[in-house]
Order: sequence, then structure tokens, then C-alpha cells
Amino acid sequence: MGNIIYNKKLTDEYYLIKIQQKNDAKMGQFCMLRAWDNDPLLSRPLSIYDRDASSLTFLYKVIGKGTEIMSKLKEGDDIICQGPYGSSFPEVKGKIAMIGGGVGIAPLYYAAKEVSKESETEIDMFFSLRGVEILREELTEVSDHLTLKTNERVVSLVDYDQYDYIFTCGPDSLMQDVYKNAKGKKATVYASLERRMACGMGICYVCTCKTEDGNKLTCKDGPVFLASEVFKDE
Amino acid sequence: MSNLNVDFGGVKFKNPIVLASGTCGFGTDLDDLFGLDKLGGISSKGLTLNARAGNDGIRIWETPAGIMNSVGLENPGVDGFIEKYLDFINSKDTVNIVNLSGHSTDDYLYGIEKLNKVKLDIIELNISCPNVKEGGMGFGVKTEIARKLVKEVRSICEHKLIVKLSPNAEDIVDLAKMCEEEGADGISLVNTFLAMAIDIKKKKSVFENGYAGLSGPAIKPIALRMTHQVAKAVDIPVMGMGGISTWQDAVEFLMAGAKAIQIGTASFTNPGIALDIIEGLDKYLDSQGLESVEDIIGIV
Repeated sequence: MGNIIYNKKLTDEYYLIKIQQKNDAKMGQFCMLRAWDNDPLLSRPLSIYDRDASSLTFLYKVIGKGTEIMSKLKEGDDIICQGPYGSSFPEVKGKIAMIGGGVGIAPLYYAAKEVSKESETEIDMFFSLRGVEILREELTEVSDHLTLKTNERVVSLVDYDQYDYIFTCGPDSLMQDVYKNAKGKKATVYASLERRMACGMGICYVCTCKTEDGNKLTCKDGPVFLASEVFKDE
Repeated sequence: MSNLNVDFGGVKFKNPIVLASGTCGFGTDLDDLFGLDKLGGISSKGLTLNARAGNDGIRIWETPAGIMNSVGLENPGVDGFIEKYLDFINSKDTVNIVNLSGHSTDDYLYGIEKLNKVKLDIIELNISCPNVKEGGMGFGVKTEIARKLVKEVRSICEHKLIVKLSPNAEDIVDLAKMCEEEGADGISLVNTFLAMAIDIKKKKSVFENGYAGLSGPAIKPIALRMTHQVAKAVDIPVMGMGGISTWQDAVEFLMAGAKAIQIGTASFTNPGIALDIIEGLDKYLDSQGLESVEDIIGIV
């Protein structure tokens, strides 16, 4: 009996996989997953979508060979999961915007779930997806206001003056825009980056991102950074 | 429990399992995970005289049973290494191998001069990195070009010196013999194979440098053949590597003549693989009724 509790198809592209694994993961962290031998060779870094002490859930989109294999796994199959790795979103209070796209929803869902436990917190979510929407019910539950759009950008729908904190995760271009729009306002912006990775734990140096302080490792120094560290003023 | 000790050109290894340069950083993360003291040795990330930020663009690309990397020797420079990591590695009960690369002969020589002043066990002269525009593998393809560098380095290097060879060399056996003639204490081989991937949507190479270095199980049979050829041709000890990802692979390299083996890419998919290989090797020797790992080295 393997460790997969379920592997649920949400749409043709998006899946949620829940596995049994003791963990003390924090919001924003990721794991390296593999359910294959040598082809593909590397594990896949996936952000934690949800967790409790004995399980981890990941949202993934089928893109290449690895996620294709993952999509065929069934309840009771085995998957190897290393981690959790990386930095996490800070525990904050106040008015928070979470802005993202695609699988960038994953770390922000769990962050919202955690942060919303604080009574003095208000969370507005802005997500965009290509094609079909996913997880509306789940996102509604963990937010005060949800803006979920398909085939439409959400970055321009945010009133950036309102927020104490902004968490963003999505394509670099989206996060760069969020950073730019929030520049000079009171909100502190945290961004969770995605980069190609090999090891996930700081030994291979393939996932470096450029910062004011020189190169940093997305897997170990990140994936969550202060946006001002990793995005440039244009 | 068999005797896993090996004597590599006068340097004692508690077992023949070494972490390969560029696949273990400077050991700090893996020490947290399992303790470097358990390893025969560790080879540092490739150093250059001055710090390097490494290559832009895509640094990793998969191919069946392999990866191509184009990291480009991102490293803190020799001084940065000495300042930040040297004491840490020396504090561990494992052989400290410092991998040194360079863009020019002077780079290598200045690097050696700095390293002469500090404690370490072995310098692994990297004349085989395919991911830098100048130097690196440029020194390690033609034997007579490599000879000039190895001769000069040997003349000033006060540490044990091994030379890490490129499988892209014109004649790797010839290159290894030259290293022996010029006084190297050992050889390590192979670095990555020069390789390529093309993005057919963008109609150009995936890598900004054009080419990258292929490693992983895909290269193992060729690396094993080269290790065998070189080990037969020289009397100095050989450290074999290239796609080793199981204890059986390690046994093959030892039988082919490697006195020690390095594990590289396999650590990316299983960071504790080195310990699994040590354990597997030990059990294999026991199962064969062999007392020492030396009993299988070079038997094929």
C-alpha cells in the first residue's frame, strides 16, 4: 500500500495529489517529488498546496514527462517526496492581497488558510487562469474577497493602496508587474519564485536568481523572497 | 564488515566513496543531512581564482537518463572559499579535495599559490569544465596544451595533485599518461560530455553557451570504458566517475580499476545516495567473502 491518498483530476491540465507524509512544512515551502526511475532523471519541485501533520497536498499542471507520469498515479500508489525545502511566507496580520496565476495558486491557498486563522486579518485574492477555472470553492473559503478570472489579467484589478502585505506567485512577468504597481505604497511584497531545479536543496546551483546581493539559490534562499530583492525597478 | 579503506597515492580514504565536484556544493547541506564524516572524501565545487556568477539562461535540461548542465562554475573564488568553507570541511573526518579551474594559466597558478598556504588534502586540477568560454576544458582536449599547464602547476603545487580529465579529450589515455609523466599523484575521470539540446520552437540552442555538459546514467558505460582504459595505462591511482547511481555501478568502476569513485548527478535525485552505495558495497564484499575492497580493484 503506497502513500498516495488521492490523485484528483480537476481539469484536463490540473490535478491535486494528496500523500501521506509526516511533516512540519511551512506556507510557501515546496517538496521534490518523483514516481519514476531514470526517465525523466530529476524530481519535480512542487509547492505545498495544503498540509496537516501527516499529509501533504500538491497542485500540479501536466506540462512534461514527469507531471504526465504523475497524472496517471492512483490511490495507494507510491511517490517519493523529499522536503519540505526552502523559505516560507512570513506570518503577518492586516490587510493582505494574494495575487497569482496558474499553479501559483498552490502556495497562496495554503498561505491564506494559515494567515486567515488570525482574527485581525483580511485577505483579498486575485487569480488568473488560462482556459478553465479551478478551486473556486476552496479559495472562497480561505479569503474575504475572491477575484478568479480565466483568460484575463488580474494585476490591474488590484487597488494597491489598500494593503499592508502582498503575496504573489505566478509567472515572473506577473510578479514583476505586481512589484511595479505596489512600488512606493505601504504594502510589503513577498514573491514566490519558480525556477528549473535539479536537487531542490542547494547543492547543484542551477536555480540561481539574481539579486542586489548577488546570486541566490531559489531552492534554499527562496522560493519566497522579498520582491524588492529579486525584481528590478524599471 | 569489510575493510573499505583505500590508499590513494598516499592519501588514506576510509572508504572509496567521494562526492564529485559541482554536485555537493561545499558539503554544508549534505553534512546537515547525513554527516560528511561517513564519506571517503568530498570534492569542492569548482573554484576559480576570482568569484564567478556563473552562466545566464537555462542551466539544466533533461534527457533520458541524463542531465545537461550549464552552471558555468558559479563559485565564491579561491579566497571566498578559504574564508567561508575551508575550516568547515577540514573539521570533518573526510578527505578534503579542492577542485580548481581557471581561465588562463596564470589563473591556475595564482589559485595554486593561494591554496599552497592552507591545509587541504588534495587539489583536483579541473581541466575539463565544458561550461566556461575561456579556459576550463580548453586546457584538457589536446595533450600537449594540457602538458604545459600540468607541468607548471606541478612545479609549484605543494599539495597532492590529481588531474580531472575530460571525456572530450582527443585521446584520454594519452592525456592520462602525460599527467603521470608530469608528476600528478592521481587522475580523476570523467567530467561531463559536451552535449546540446535545441529548442525547436525558438529554433536555437537551449543554452546561452550553445553547448552544455551531459552527466547521469546515460554516460556510465562510456565513462566506465574510459576509466578502464586509463587505469590499465597508468600506475598512478585513478578516481572513476560518470553516472554512478547504484552500488553495483560503483563495484563496476572499482573492478575496472578505479581506486575510488565519485558520485555526482545521483545526489540530485537522492541526496543520501552516497551512504546507500557505501552500505551496498560493504554488503557485496561480505557476500563474496572478501575482506577488503582492494580485492576487487582492477580485477577486470
